[in-house]
Amino acid sequence: MRKIAIYGKGGIGKSTTTQNTVAGLAEMGKNVMVVGCDPKADSTRLLLGGLAQKTVLDTLREEGEDVELDDVIKVGYGGTRNVESGGPEPGVGCAGRGIITSINLLEQLGAWDPEFALDYTFYDVLGDVVCGGFAMPIRDGKAEEIYIVVSGEMMAMYAANNICKGIQKYAQSGTVRLGGLICNSRKVDNEREMIEQLAKQLGTQMIHFVPRDNMVQQAEINRKTVIDFKPEHPQADEYRTLARAIDSNEMFVIPNPLEIDELEKLLIEFGIAN
Amino acid sequence: MTKNLKNKNLPDPIAMREEIMKKYPRKVAKKRTSAFVVNDPVEIPEVQANVRTIPGIITQRGCTYAGCKGVVLGPTRDVVNIVHGPIGCSFYAWLTRRNQTAPPTENDVNYIPYAFSTDMQDENIVFGGEKKLKEAIREAYNEFKPHSIAIFSTCPVGLIGDDVHSVARDMKAELGINIFGFSCEGYRGVSQSAGHHIANNGVFKHVVGINQEKKLTTKFRMNMMGEYNIGGDAFVLEEYFEEMGIDLVASFSGNSTIESYEYSDQVDLNIVMCHRSINYIAEMMEKKYGIPWFKVNFIGADATAKSLRKMAQFYGDAGMIKATEALIEREMAKVKAVIDEVKPKVEGKTVMMFVGGSRAHHYQELFKEMGMKVVAAGYEFAHRDDYEGRRVIPNIKIDADTRNIEDLVVDKDEKLYRPDLQEKKAALEKQNFEFEDYVGMMPDMDKNTLVIDDISHHESEKLIELYKPDLFCAGIKEKYVVQKSGIPLKQLHSYDYGGPYAGFEGAINFYKEIDRMINASVWKLIDAPWKLEPEIVGSVVTD
Repeated sequence: MRKIAIYGKGGIGKSTTTQNTVAGLAEMGKNVMVVGCDPKADSTRLLLGGLAQKTVLDTLREEGEDVELDDVIKVGYGGTRNVESGGPEPGVGCAGRGIITSINLLEQLGAWDPEFALDYTFYDVLGDVVCGGFAMPIRDGKAEEIYIVVSGEMMAMYAANNICKGIQKYAQSGTVRLGGLICNSRKVDNEREMIEQLAKQLGTQMIHFVPRDNMVQQAEINRKTVIDFKPEHPQADEYRTLARAIDSNEMFVIPNPLEIDELEKLLIEFGIAN
Repeated sequence: MTKNLKNKNLPDPIAMREEIMKKYPRKVAKKRTSAFVVNDPVEIPEVQANVRTIPGIITQRGCTYAGCKGVVLGPTRDVVNIVHGPIGCSFYAWLTRRNQTAPPTENDVNYIPYAFSTDMQDENIVFGGEKKLKEAIREAYNEFKPHSIAIFSTCPVGLIGDDVHSVARDMKAELGINIFGFSCEGYRGVSQSAGHHIANNGVFKHVVGINQEKKLTTKFRMNMMGEYNIGGDAFVLEEYFEEMGIDLVASFSGNSTIESYEYSDQVDLNIVMCHRSINYIAEMMEKKYGIPWFKVNFIGADATAKSLRKMAQFYGDAGMIKATEALIEREMAKVKAVIDEVKPKVEGKTVMMFVGGSRAHHYQELFKEMGMKVVAAGYEFAHRDDYEGRRVIPNIKIDADTRNIEDLVVDKDEKLYRPDLQEKKAALEKQNFEFEDYVGMMPDMDKNTLVIDDISHHESEKLIELYKPDLFCAGIKEKYVVQKSGIPLKQLHSYDYGGPYAGFEGAINFYKEIDRMINASVWKLIDAPWKLEPEIVGSVVTD
């Protein structure tokens, strides 16, 4: 089984990209589990057709220790198995600790038992690696491949670079590696070239350039992935390509994060200066 | 035998320090050397104190929560002290210091035997614990209807950002009793000292002076500060004060009530026993109300007599002076009878003391009276002023760890300020009567003795090996390690099972106890069984 975590700046399209890509893998016949690691619990909505998902932490709170796997895992599009870890309301408690508790519980419950014959687990993680809890998926070999969703916007690139620092830290003591950058286009000038260059400097690859298309929004409003909603649409093919690229990826590296001035130089050369 | 010991040559302190430091990495050795000082009572050297313990070193220190909940607020019987945190923090702060208390009647409350905790679970960490804290406060209120409730924050509370102060405000409004919180998370300071300061601030802000309805009418009113009634020390002192005609309004915090703190601003004098843990309140009360304070020490018969005389002199009442002298004369006769018997048996014996923030100083009085020699002493959590005297306060470097603790800005209370007390203070000062006085431990120690702050396990083991002291004074964490080297250890936190040791009666108890410990040869007769016979015999097996 391959264990993949998707990171990236908040609002960059991690959940959308993850679910559309997972739909592509499911279509290829892969068994995939998606673990949403965001207190908002919106990482599996498109795969479950908007089905309200009871989170692991809510279930744990209500049922006590008496939690069963079926209480928290819902089967969605293409047989995908979907979990939301959940967490506190904004401003209270510790969401990071929640993710740790949640993943530990899933392990205890046997979410990864051989009987499920999983080919992939995807962890969809909130924003930056803000604390130890949010780094949980990349610690202790929970996830071994990281893909960072990025765009040509400056702050998205900053965030990507920052996440690489986290990966570098855990890679040195564990098995986690960077699999590549996924560019979720914001139609920034020279976006493709700039992200390709950023990937090169980080020592990785841009695994796919996902063009911006309104179809993604339309599918989302209908609570579906593009592959599910309009399988014949060119945007569906983009996600299929990304799914295949991940499936056949063999480039796994320990990234070399950039110094801030290197990153700014890159932006000036490809972006603002043109 | 005694004579030999009296003249036994102690190792050269500088060479010995070098040998002890050899084990440390270079930077650690440098840092520890600054806290490991050879004393000179005249030209007092600087001691590094109140700085972070180096990770990896086994320290004696406790945490900020321990200082706030355990030490300062713990001994007060009419406040429900709720610990907001996991159960361990609460359980291990429960009655462990042997603080005694005596409610005047059976109908008076005493919550000290209870342990109140929110018992936080994983779920409360993830989703926040404020709701559970509110429920705990309601539950405690419904069950006990206490006068006041205090909330103590443990480490996780600070990490997840539970706002105990807003909970306290809400619950105060809901229940109509005094409720206040302390942000005394264990990691807030370098030792329990930070917790003392936080507790002082909280008590001063939320309790002292809030009852202006009750008007005290007694003639000589006083608060005692920094006396925690371990083993019943305060009970002994209370009798003396009564005999002298002094009304002890509040004690911070041995045998005390929160209720008495509320009108503790109506005194003429604050006496300070443990300078480290309570000087903040004494200073703030002087600024706000004009109440003068001076340092006392009731550990040691001579020290007790000196302190009682100073108090009587402060009030300047002929009747009180006479009663005090009668008390001292009567008690000193009893003391003399015992010391005459004990002294020849212990004279010249050597002692090491590593404890607290004032005890390592106070107890030197008792040992001096017995003719014993303190060869090394140090505090766990004191600051430089407790070693070198208050004169160094302006020169103490305020580091980031200290800045982390709020320093309350206190203004004069125009209505309640007592200019008469300040005039009295000024008049007495002209006669060389000292206020706000603490000269620290070092002027009272001999030249070439050792003064060591925050001693490590390694250092104490080496000291024992090189000095072979006759007695070691510390706490429970050190007790059995030291006793394994064949040296008796007297606990000066909890007094083992003994006490009281304060006042004249306490001095007598202490002399007898030390005689018993030193002259019982049990530690020298036995050896650890594993030294003679290994417990586990192993052999290498190969396939």
